[in-house]
Amino acid sequence: MARMKFLCDAERCIHCSGCVTACKNEHEVPWGINRRRVVTLNDGKPGQRSLSVACMHCSDAPCMAVCPVDCFYQTGDGIVLHNKDLCIGCGYCLYACPFGAPQYPSTSNFGGRGKMDKCTFCAGGPEADNSKAELEKYGRNRIAEGKLPLCAEMCATKALLAGDGDMVSTIYRERVMARGFGSGAAGWGHAYRDQERTRERKGAGAKE
Amino acid sequence: MRWTTLLAALLVTLACWSVPAAAATNDGAVTTSAGSDQVITTDTWRAIRQGEAGFIAGQPDQRGQLIQSEGEAWRSARNGVLAWYAGLALVGVTLAIAAFYLIRGKIRIDGGPSGKTILRFTRIERMGHWLTAGSFIVLGLTGLNMLFGRWLLEPVLGKALFAWLTWAGKWLHNIGGFVFIAGMAMIFVLWARDNLWDRYDGGWIAHGGGLLRKGDHPPAAKFNFGQKTQFWMVIVVGTLVASTGISLLFPFTFADLAGMQLMHLIHAGLAVVMVLFILGHIYIGTIGMEGASTAVTTGHVDLNWAREHHSVWAAEEEAKSAKPAE
Repeated sequence: MARMKFLCDAERCIHCSGCVTACKNEHEVPWGINRRRVVTLNDGKPGQRSLSVACMHCSDAPCMAVCPVDCFYQTGDGIVLHNKDLCIGCGYCLYACPFGAPQYPSTSNFGGRGKMDKCTFCAGGPEADNSKAELEKYGRNRIAEGKLPLCAEMCATKALLAGDGDMVSTIYRERVMARGFGSGAAGWGHAYRDQERTRERKGAGAKE
Repeated sequence: MRWTTLLAALLVTLACWSVPAAAATNDGAVTTSAGSDQVITTDTWRAIRQGEAGFIAGQPDQRGQLIQSEGEAWRSARNGVLAWYAGLALVGVTLAIAAFYLIRGKIRIDGGPSGKTILRFTRIERMGHWLTAGSFIVLGLTGLNMLFGRWLLEPVLGKALFAWLTWAGKWLHNIGGFVFIAGMAMIFVLWARDNLWDRYDGGWIAHGGGLLRKGDHPPAAKFNFGQKTQFWMVIVVGTLVASTGISLLFPFTFADLAGMQLMHLIHAGLAVVMVLFILGHIYIGTIGMEGASTAVTTGHVDLNWAREHHSVWAAEEEAKSAKPAE
């Protein structure tokens, strides 16, 4: 299996927020948290572009590196997941994450933030696949069912791509060649550079 | 005839229409979607990398920022510079103290215990000391656990137990901070005056505090220069650590994310400095010196100890207690 990646095509995103809604509904995301968000640049001006962003599942994930209780792990497909039972709500992953992915049920409660929540690439958590415990803590596990993340699957303009990094970049390259413009893939360099620095991955596809 | 009139009217209308139409084309320079590749340039992507925020609907404004690169600077400072130098300094100072103990040995009371004691710290002074000291030990251990526990304790305890201990430690740390602040305020009120520099400090420094040679006891009042340095370190560094700590306790209340990253580094870095000082303080107050520890336990010290280490203060106290008897 391959390395899973997200890519949002700024030339296609129409800021419909379907990805945000799909994610929120699919995973019964806690109140006040949106695992995905859509940001509009140059809003109302020429050259306006929108981008959908969530956890990028970085190769050398900063959240994993700074967690004092080591609650993160990376699957064989390169998906960065975490264990809410271990999380102490210290907020270090929030300090470190370049993409603002980690969020807490409570943000200003005397340091009692609650358990961190973030995008799981629709891959659940450490509990048994598709168990009730996994559903309640992390949401649905579509990857275990052989499906890709719902946000990308439901994207009306196919701006948001998710899946095998090689396949995603092939699709994107072909698009850019065909239309002849718009080649910035936001966040890619940031999230997936230094592939060699990738931590030891566990589980299916670990050996590639 | 009619169609020519119509044509003329049409021409006139068109002429009139074309004027504002032409004005609009010259004025606006509105780019069409076909030319969009010229509008979104590499500068836009660079701006995103540098943290420029866009518009976001239905979520807090600060989430409009797509990439905050400061997070990686914080990560490398915390996991790199801070963890590395703090670790080196802690090990280094511990080894230095051990070496000092092996070479110099325990500093004895030269005249031997006299059997007579003198009150050094009142009950309220001891309370101030232990409020500060007790909370500091808890804060220091739980704080160091946040920085080093993952590498030192987790492999031994296992993830589940270690995470629970760290969670409990985080709460002790959050609450203990206020006890520490109370203790610090208390010792400041009680001891600030006695810790002002006086004429004995020069001699104390010249003699290296009498630490280096046996039987060398430079005169000192209630506190010697070493203790004064320790005291002002606790007050100044402790205030900085406490204030940054409070700002971290209330996320986004006193500082934004970049501010909190900076506060965290200042908090952790200075806290390690305090731990280093306190290691020395604990050493010299317990195993490093005979007769010192009772000052903060029972409050009384041996008269010979007082005469050797705080000769000026001891003389004053003895004069005071002699007066009522007259």
